[in-house]
Amino acid sequence: MAEPILEVRNLTVEYTSGKSIVQAVNHLSFTLERGEALGLVGETGAGKTTTALSIMQLITSPPGRIKSGEIIFEGRDLTKLSQSELRKLRGEKISMIFQDPMTALNPVITVGDQICEVIHLHEKVSRLEATQRAKKMLEMVGIPGERYSDYPHQFSGGMKQRVIIAIALARNPSLLIADEPTTALDVTIQAQVLEMIERIIKELKTTLILITHDLGVVADICDKAAIMYAGEIVEYGTLDHIYNHTMHPYSIGLFGSIPNFNEDVRRLKPIKGLMPDPTNLPKGCSFCLRCPDCQDRCTKEKFSPVEVAPGHIVRCVKYIND
Amino acid sequence: MAAILEAKNIKKYFKTPKGTLHAVDGVSFSIEEGKTLGVVGESGCGKSTLGRVLVHLLERTDGQILFEGKDISDLTKADLKNVRQNMQMIFQDPFASLNPRQSVSEIIAEPLQIYRRVSSKADLEKQVLELMDTVGLARRLANSYPHELDGGRRQRIGVARALALNPKFIVCDEPVSALDVSIQAQILNLMQDLQEERNLTYLFITHNLSVVKHISDEILVMYLGKMVELASDKDIFLNRLHPYTKALLAAVPLPVYGTEKKKRQLLRGELSSPINPKPGCRFAARCPYAKEQCHQKEPALEEIMPKHFVACHFAREINGI
Repeated sequence: MAEPILEVRNLTVEYTSGKSIVQAVNHLSFTLERGEALGLVGETGAGKTTTALSIMQLITSPPGRIKSGEIIFEGRDLTKLSQSELRKLRGEKISMIFQDPMTALNPVITVGDQICEVIHLHEKVSRLEATQRAKKMLEMVGIPGERYSDYPHQFSGGMKQRVIIAIALARNPSLLIADEPTTALDVTIQAQVLEMIERIIKELKTTLILITHDLGVVADICDKAAIMYAGEIVEYGTLDHIYNHTMHPYSIGLFGSIPNFNEDVRRLKPIKGLMPDPTNLPKGCSFCLRCPDCQDRCTKEKFSPVEVAPGHIVRCVKYIND
Repeated sequence: MAAILEAKNIKKYFKTPKGTLHAVDGVSFSIEEGKTLGVVGESGCGKSTLGRVLVHLLERTDGQILFEGKDISDLTKADLKNVRQNMQMIFQDPFASLNPRQSVSEIIAEPLQIYRRVSSKADLEKQVLELMDTVGLARRLANSYPHELDGGRRQRIGVARALALNPKFIVCDEPVSALDVSIQAQILNLMQDLQEERNLTYLFITHNLSVVKHISDEILVMYLGKMVELASDKDIFLNRLHPYTKALLAAVPLPVYGTEKKKRQLLRGELSSPINPKPGCRFAARCPYAKEQCHQKEPALEEIMPKHFVACHFAREINGI
């Protein structure tokens, strides 16, 4: 058994908004083994980005607050570290790629200097050496080293996203969190960037958490997937579990909502209704109001996750034997 | 069946400080009544500009637009107003296309008032509520404002507004792109139901290939302002002929696992600029099959198989036809 690099236990994150409390992440637990690529899938408001920001310890407080839970990264609980310890970790051990490549770069600093910044922060190296390493990083993501002195506006969206990936990987972190890294890109460019991410994480043996709403992207580069709904993981397993033995009614609904490329279906099977209000989640299962298989007890109790097959975990009453 | 809309050699150029931007460059097609033409392409290919030119939100540079057999390329303001009753548009961003200071009922009522389709206040209210029922908006939301509603509901308002005048033809510009998949499926089903009930014709613009496959009867693929392929939805998916269409469809990650992983076919490089384009095929720089000729002469759109049009010098050769 491979050693876990990251263990999230019972994580609960809230945001205060006026008088109400938004329950963004609710009792979330998962374990990530070294070298794995996990896809975190869910719709808007499912709590994917909040989970990522919690791992980075970047939840702005107020209004956000990690109410409870532990985030064990390489044996240390991140929720208990001081700011200076965290700064040593970010960029060095854990890196994050943000969704929008247009706003994640500083427009008045050359892309090369932005890569050097990460190197200088974590290591005493000469300017020359940092520059050379930055050029090497640029080349690794498929940008000629001569473009070191160019500014972000001189790059296209796909190239900017490559620069951001180069910054994130400059110190060879063991964990990379990519938040919708290709959502803002066109499909042909998305394919190029995905290919590159896959190649680099294999080469550097980086562990990956990929946040996305696109089940196609997960199938493309991940080993495991977690389906999130209203701040909880409702189903977790290998790609084979999730794609070929889908069990949770929400996951089934998600697959039914995607127009199929290879078959002709006259009508889609959408999930009825809307996401529940995160300031007022249902008492029982948070999916109960939209679930086609909702039973009486679903509206009353919360269910614990059940391991239906080795490594395949589902949180639904249908799979509880009692 | 008769074509409800016909576009002949539509061109739309924009003047920019750097030169002329060829947003749409010679696009021709026709749509039969009750059918859906899907327009796909990546950002900057001119698909939205094309949609806007058809409903005269932008004035074309050249070409001819026929609606129900009548030339509507040049219209006076009064004539345009007349034609617009039958041509409506659903916009991409349900957050930006609704007036934040109007309530849901005011937004839906506006077209009815402009065209004087109502006899009394009570009649107006009745029609608005009926439209809300049609698109699945709860009547209690009539006095809500757009900011109180989620994206899916806002897009339903956009659909209701487009339907208010009972048009024949609707340009749908990325109507589901801003929505989550579970909501996207609801709106797609709604649009299909409405089409069947009212015999609507859609021009459906999107970058999402699985959506376009689902909703279209015919598909037009665009690249940098040019049409590269036009065929029935089945033909494009099973028998794609243009190298760009092949690469575009191969680049879509599919939500399936287990069938042996296909090798990604990557397209080199990125879109070139549509400003003062070079002569020759616009796709040549990224095309794996490009030869000398492609950089010099622009390929014309040819009917290579029945009702299947392709603009490529080597379409026959590549596909062994």
